[in-house]
Amino acid sequence: MIVTYLKVFAVGGLVCLIGQILINLTKMTSSKILVTFLLIGVVLEAIKVFDFVKDFAGAGITIPIVGFGSTLAKGAIEGVQKFGLIGALTGGMQAAAAGLSAAILFGFLISLIFKARTKV
Amino acid sequence: MLSRTEYVELDKKMAPKSKEWSTLVCAFLVGGFICCIGQAVSDVFKLCVPTASEKLTSQFTSTVMIFIGAFLTGIGIYDNIGKHAGAGSIIPITGFANSVVSPAMEFRSEGMVFGVMCKMFVIAGPIIVSGVTSSVGVGIVYWIIGLIK
Amino acid sequence: MNYGEQTIRFLNKPRVVSGYSIVGPKEAAGPLDPYFHKRIRKDDFGQKSFEKAECKLHMSAISGAIIEAGLTPKDIDVNIGGDLLNQIITSSFSARELDVPFIGMYSACSTFGQALIVGASLIDGGYVSYAACSTSSHFSTAERQYRYPLELGTQMTPTSQWTVTGSGCTLLGKTGGKVFVESATIGKVIDFGISDANNMGAAMAPAAAKTVSQHLKDTGRSADYYDYIVTGDLGIYGSKLFLKLLESEGINAAGVHKDCGQMIFDKKQRCPQGGSGAGCSSVVFNSYFMHHLKVGAIKKMLLVPTGALLSKVSSLQGETIPGIANAISFEREEDV
Repeated sequence: MIVTYLKVFAVGGLVCLIGQILINLTKMTSSKILVTFLLIGVVLEAIKVFDFVKDFAGAGITIPIVGFGSTLAKGAIEGVQKFGLIGALTGGMQAAAAGLSAAILFGFLISLIFKARTKV
Repeated sequence: MLSRTEYVELDKKMAPKSKEWSTLVCAFLVGGFICCIGQAVSDVFKLCVPTASEKLTSQFTSTVMIFIGAFLTGIGIYDNIGKHAGAGSIIPITGFANSVVSPAMEFRSEGMVFGVMCKMFVIAGPIIVSGVTSSVGVGIVYWIIGLIK
Repeated sequence: MNYGEQTIRFLNKPRVVSGYSIVGPKEAAGPLDPYFHKRIRKDDFGQKSFEKAECKLHMSAISGAIIEAGLTPKDIDVNIGGDLLNQIITSSFSARELDVPFIGMYSACSTFGQALIVGASLIDGGYVSYAACSTSSHFSTAERQYRYPLELGTQMTPTSQWTVTGSGCTLLGKTGGKVFVESATIGKVIDFGISDANNMGAAMAPAAAKTVSQHLKDTGRSADYYDYIVTGDLGIYGSKLFLKLLESEGINAAGVHKDCGQMIFDKKQRCPQGGSGAGCSSVVFNSYFMHHLKVGAIKKMLLVPTGALLSKVSSLQGETIPGIANAISFEREEDV
């Protein structure tokens, strides 16, 4: 149990650490960082490496945006295997639907309830 | 006076650098911590619903994490975490939620349609576009590989 | 120009009648707090949007300066105002309420200098008797226009500056008081190839250095002719570059130089390089320096508001950032 969480912590922290190094060196903005790591996830899934990391680190690799990329790619691959070419279009979004819909719904609701405040 | 190129060189040499170590440590700690929360959510879900498939568990986990990120953004805490944590709070899925919710809140003053709905993906838009495009690309590659086999 | 290459000398000595500054809570927590005329407790100023709040700040500064001078809006011939928002809505919307003839100005954070030069020229030429020169900026409106949503968890880069929430207004007149505008140098737009929009101090420093050295050349003065040479918002790092650039021209200004952006915030306030924004130089000038000029602790000063002339479009298209700086010399008439 503790070992699992240590692994999650270490790998998750490491992913973010690499991101921070990128930010410090290149002054990347948050959009670019997110896109970069998402694409890393897509590539890791495409070359079938992602599942090995996931077996080792669990949430340490699925919670970072890398996991979102892998979900999209995995969905597209499974879609192709099940439905042929059209599955490449439907599979990715289908697999990521929960996360995307949640983000849109919560974004909308929260913008109704709360007001943006100044930073301090 | 210095020439343009000399000045750019001078700026490169003199510009203050970020405090490398402290930002790296913060990113590592916060990033790791958020991932542990994610692991805990999925473990609890598995305990409560032992029959759940892996897919359902991961969908549930990311929904909960997105809610946490969105809610912390709403009550104005997430940007304060981000100030210290940097990539540690940008890269986890909660950071994705933050980048969707924060423009939606910000542009509320420009109205429902042109403010909230139009501006919601000002920052997260590139993530959707690049993610969908590249995953479709991966799907097509797999389809071609399947044809050859 | 009537005083060298880029410098105007005001022959009829337009007077600095009064000044007024109003600031947000973060500025009021800084070291200049005792000098501000008014502090607002929450930076939405009781308004529905931050844009409306900035507008109210701007109006309060103008009416504050008018009241401070013991006049009414009817006495004001022209309001020369500017701010950072697209199409300078803050200034024009507050002019809508004021019912005073209006000239809108824009040159980013150096707008205050531009407004003072135009105001002083109008008075010097005998065309108007009172001109209210005002500028404002607001952290929350500038942030959403130039950078990111407020609630987005981003980190400030080590060279970035914090937009000042506040507004300042200087009332210039034909008569009134001992402080007058002596001369002004209109700066050229200078681009030394800095392209990082979070490094505006470095982008503006060459413009400030060029303007100051040209001013000293035109007037035949040395830097220590002035009690203070005050730059607008170069920040800590930009000031270092500014002094270095002047040094390469053989001018040593380290002893008399101050920077408004550097003065307004404390190091503890988590603004890496200090303040910036169109309100920065006007708030600091109308509080700290206005006070010292009025009491006679400062007799001669050169105010050099600096501006980075970029937009979100230009920086996304990879353009470098041009800078501008105008210099205005204030002097105090001695009792004879």
